[in-house]
Amino acid sequence: MSTEHVQHHPISLYLKVWGWLFLLSFFSYMVDYMHVQGPLRWTLVLTFMLLKAGLILSVFMHVKWERLALKLLLFVPLFAIAVFVALMAIEGDYTYALRLLYFRQH
Amino acid sequence: MSGQSDSAAEAKGWHSVVDDWAADQRTFRVSWGKLMMWIFLLGDTFIFSIFLLSYMTVRLSATDAWPNASQVFELVVFGQTVPLFLIAIMTFILITSSGTMAIAVSFAYRKQKQLAVYLMLATAVLGASFVAMQAFEWSKLIADGVRPWVNPMGAAQFGAAFFMITGFHGLHVSAGVIYLLIVARKLARGDYDQRGYEIVEISGLYWHFVDLVWVFIFAFFYLW
Repeated sequence: MSTEHVQHHPISLYLKVWGWLFLLSFFSYMVDYMHVQGPLRWTLVLTFMLLKAGLILSVFMHVKWERLALKLLLFVPLFAIAVFVALMAIEGDYTYALRLLYFRQH
Repeated sequence: MSGQSDSAAEAKGWHSVVDDWAADQRTFRVSWGKLMMWIFLLGDTFIFSIFLLSYMTVRLSATDAWPNASQVFELVVFGQTVPLFLIAIMTFILITSSGTMAIAVSFAYRKQKQLAVYLMLATAVLGASFVAMQAFEWSKLIADGVRPWVNPMGAAQFGAAFFMITGFHGLHVSAGVIYLLIVARKLARGDYDQRGYEIVEISGLYWHFVDLVWVFIFAFFYLW
């Protein structure tokens, strides 16, 4: 992104994003404070997390105004992490099952 | 700023990617400093992802009960037990420091150098207070008997995950505070007056990344 581009962002844009980040953090704290449990808790925590991450990346880190070539450089490699997460989730469950089978205290 | 032709027929979307990679020119139209910071941050993303990934794996496979972070990190404030009290404050502090940094970048590009320096110093102070609170959390947990290899509250892996993840993040915050102080000092001294103030944006990228990582740690470690 060219520097001329950034100069045109009003400070109020950053203050607005800042306010949203505050609000979203407050919401995710309230999820814990109100003892929301189960799938609803995970959904809310993940939603607020992704919204916050999106705001920081796109506005504070200016990714929104970068060229697609740079965006791809940043986001395509993350696919490898997603695959790794899936593999290790299976592996973790498998280890847990093995431990229950062979290491249970009698 | 890169001296490449910005012709009237500027390609959009995927065509711009093909153009950037295929044409006889530099692929990424940003300065080297900024590109290298992004590539460093991409590498750092993988390191933190692997930390969180190992945390997920050991938590899934632990047969002892995983401690409830909400209770582990509660504090008694004015006679009231508040869950995750200090962690919530730390989260707000880090977000605020990200806000001051974003505005510092904006002021730097508007050539209002002095304001940018002050805001960077404010960012560094907020970052240092974050590290101080993290140190308090650590000493509290250590006093409770939590170690990387043992945990009186349940699964032993809790200690290893906590100290590794928050320790590595705290190290990044500490390094960021030093980095910001150095850049702010050089900025105030006029070292960048000839070259332009893009360095503020580059150091800002690092700082926002540290905040970004905390968003994930807060969700997965403290709220899950």
